[in-house]
Amino acid sequence: MIVAEQKSLDEIKQLVGRAQKVLVVGCGTCVTVCFAGGAREAAIVAAELRMASKLEGAPKEVTDVTVQRQCEWEYLDQIAEQVGQVDVVLSLGCGVGVQAIAEHFPNTWVVPGLNTKFMGLPTEQGVWEERCAGCGDCLLGLTGGICPIARCSKSLLNGPCGGSLNGHCEVNEEIPCAWQLIYDRLKSMGKLEVLMDIQPPKNWCTARDGGPRKIVREDLRLATEE
Amino acid sequence: MSQDLQIVAYCCEHCAYAAADLAGGLRLQYPPNVRVVLLPCTGKVDPLLILHALEEGADGVMVAGCLPGNCHYLKGNFSARRRVAYVQQLLKQIGLEAERVEMFHLSSAMGSRFAEIAKEMTERVAAVGPNPLRIPRKEREP
Ligand code: SF4
Ligand code: SF4
Repeated sequence: MIVAEQKSLDEIKQLVGRAQKVLVVGCGTCVTVCFAGGAREAAIVAAELRMASKLEGAPKEVTDVTVQRQCEWEYLDQIAEQVGQVDVVLSLGCGVGVQAIAEHFPNTWVVPGLNTKFMGLPTEQGVWEERCAGCGDCLLGLTGGICPIARCSKSLLNGPCGGSLNGHCEVNEEIPCAWQLIYDRLKSMGKLEVLMDIQPPKNWCTARDGGPRKIVREDLRLATEE
Repeated sequence: MSQDLQIVAYCCEHCAYAAADLAGGLRLQYPPNVRVVLLPCTGKVDPLLILHALEEGADGVMVAGCLPGNCHYLKGNFSARRRVAYVQQLLKQIGLEAERVEMFHLSSAMGSRFAEIAKEMTERVAAVGPNPLRIPRKEREP
């Protein structure tokens, strides 16, 4: 899932600025399950903004609504009327959701209420960790299912650097060394020989380095007359 | 002045609510400012529940659950405690005093403790004054 974190109320207040009518838009998918921007969080932020603005002597009209997914036009269509009635939309979607709103409602001023952090998973209730960096050419098959791109601080491909110490990464003791994890896993599965293949430099064109990415599936596009 | 204060008490039915009942049965005096709201467990307490009470003008909110280790649903009171702490942080950002919200633990046999808590909370809220969201700004300014 996409994991995000709420911005501070101070920053949100600054982003909303003087706008009088505010619509907080939550998203019912990734940011709901990471407790950053679902229906409940949208209602809380809306209440916070109403209370803070009233205390400051300039009460704002703040309402909230949550769509199933902010990143699809069909769901955004459902809130078109509400969006049209406000001065600013505070999106509690990930960065994709914010941009979807901007793109779908060209006359609407939209600001982000979250900081989108990474693609990852909850390792326990209340703790999320990064797992994939979307490199565009997945090599998990070479590493026993542990990603050296997202989980090694240096994205190394052929084993650990010299800073790996007792299973920890030299960048920060709290980070498990990805290559230690890979080695341990392959060893426990009796597949250490996988590591004997030297990986050539990775072609980063499939990642962000190649510019914004796009996928076109002709088989799925709506048929037009041929 | 403190007679006008309104304090919402979210009480678990297995402990604090029964304790409040007991306090009544024992004819113990406690401030009438406390309005008890029955919950099946304080684990039901959501930050929004507390914020809405304050937004609607309550001067304080107390959450009263079972003694640590005695929750009928095992850990509801601990979840509530964390959420109360979270709301206290939110209140500071909003511009309200964190003291307006507090978590208490007691058992169903502690009727006199309930009366004590009600008094303690009323005094604490009286010290920070009425909820500024209830009192129009003009009246607040000296
Ligand atoms: S190799 Fe690339 S696509 Fe696969 S998990 Fe790692 S970053 Fe994601
Ligand atoms: S210590 Fe391990 S995780 Fe950290 S940079 Fe080196 S190889 Fe990567």
